[in-house]
Amino acid sequence: MKKLKILFNGILKENPTFVLVLGMCPTLGVTTSAFNGFGMGIATMFVLMLSNMLISLLKNFIPDKVRIPAFIVVIATFVSIVDLLIQGFVPALSESLGLFIPLIVVNCIVLGRAEAFASKNGVFDSMLDGIGMGLGFTLSLTLIGAIRQLLGSGCDILVFVLAPGAFFVLGFLMALIRHIQQPK
Amino acid sequence: MEYILMIIACVFVNNIILSQFLGICPFLGVSNKLGTALGMGVAVIFVMTLATLVTSLVHVYVLVPMGIEFLQTIAFILIIAALVQMVEIILKKTSPSLYQALGIFLPLITTNCAVLGVAIGVTQKFDITAGNYILQSVVYTASTALGFAVAICIFAGLREPLALVDVPKAMKGVPIALITAGILAMAFMGFANLA
Amino acid sequence: MLLALTVIAVVAAAALAAVYVVTKPAIEQQQQDKIQKAMMDVLPNFKGTTEAVKVFANKDDKSEVTVNLAKNADGSIFGAAVETYTDQAFSGSFNIMVGFDADGTVIGTSVISAAETPGLGDNIKSPEFSGQFAKKQMNPKNSNFELKVTKDGGEVDAITAATISSRAFCDAVNRAAKAYDTVLKQKGAAK
Repeated sequence: MKKLKILFNGILKENPTFVLVLGMCPTLGVTTSAFNGFGMGIATMFVLMLSNMLISLLKNFIPDKVRIPAFIVVIATFVSIVDLLIQGFVPALSESLGLFIPLIVVNCIVLGRAEAFASKNGVFDSMLDGIGMGLGFTLSLTLIGAIRQLLGSGCDILVFVLAPGAFFVLGFLMALIRHIQQPK
Repeated sequence: MEYILMIIACVFVNNIILSQFLGICPFLGVSNKLGTALGMGVAVIFVMTLATLVTSLVHVYVLVPMGIEFLQTIAFILIIAALVQMVEIILKKTSPSLYQALGIFLPLITTNCAVLGVAIGVTQKFDITAGNYILQSVVYTASTALGFAVAICIFAGLREPLALVDVPKAMKGVPIALITAGILAMAFMGFANLA
Repeated sequence: MLLALTVIAVVAAAALAAVYVVTKPAIEQQQQDKIQKAMMDVLPNFKGTTEAVKVFANKDDKSEVTVNLAKNADGSIFGAAVETYTDQAFSGSFNIMVGFDADGTVIGTSVISAAETPGLGDNIKSPEFSGQFAKKQMNPKNSNFELKVTKDGGEVDAITAATISSRAFCDAVNRAAKAYDTVLKQKGAAK
């Protein structure tokens, strides 16, 4: 039961996009279609899960003073690995996500979870936390991507696939979710 | 001439925040007041230009000759993190007044994806075999950073009065800021026909 | 303290190097496949062999263009698939493949890699835009063989709100035609 709670924490209660407002750059930058949003979400989830697990394993080995650089090295390694794998095996995704794959390194969600969760909890819990946060991120990005694709390409309201549309969709979705979560 | 066009394109047409979506976190986070936005803008111009200068030197003289471009992401982020630390220490020692003005923004810049994004971006954008690669990269970065500063200052100017306006409860804070940013992005799209 | 950081960095670099070695052939294969597919797209009825020749199309160009000369079984020239580029795109640059027949008429175009704005410049991939180039005579014997968008007095209809991308596309096609012509002249001189 407690394990499930860790998993679902990232999907609803602490959804990284709508509640914590983290990782805004990829959220706005790659969500021109549901497929791109989904791909970015999954790539981030892999990095989150793996870096959370390794950092949790290494938490006693890493001295406290150099903890942040060490975390960054671990995260950057996993990001580069995911980047190479996508380039090699999912070329369509690598073309549409482009620069945003290496930028997972500076996605605040990844470093944030390493610092706030993985450095204090066990390996299995950290893995669940990574998966949960990653799933929450994936769901949000896919949703935004789907809405932009539907309105932009489906209904031909061009502005939604362009830059301003990203801001509008995210802004209104966030307001909607807040409205539902806190009834008067 | 080539450079003047590049500067205009980077500041207005391809604005890093409003059309490339890099550096959104500080854009939303420190744009409540015009003063802090200006401080952040200046700090970003300074760090970003310096960071790209160092990373493109490392790219040209270390990574490419040794054939280890796959270490690019790790190398660049470590360089940026170290650079920010160094700038912070040097500023603290040499210019306390400047440190007071910019100091609080420096730690935030390490996780500003615009800095890493531009450092990686220039290695893909410009031809390394061209003789003026370093100069091109630095001019491009400086003007991109200027675009960041321009956008965040305009945005802060819009948000300041917005704080006094009665908006629906659910829209308060980030959502209304995002919508404002969307309208600003639409305005900037008008520049696309400039070039 | 430093030891721990060094160990982590060394292990990280080693792991990355291993993954790089494993994925390198796959990444190169992808690149090859993309170019191969683009060649099939622009020379759909061609069955013979190709010969790749690299040339500079213009005097002040920064990179070379690859002209894949398509030869029939008897050695006569069928046409060419030219891997060309532009550096005037909205996002900096993009690469396209242009197919020509023996006398320089465009057979078709195909985008190899481009990162133009989705919904606007990205429409260079759409048949409505790229289809305009088919049957264009790009033979230097014609006086106006350089293609331009209508805004600049040419005959190519630009994509709505994406004049820069459309112009860049014309630039890439013109570069391809020049490169093809240069190669044909070289080959003619060699004979």
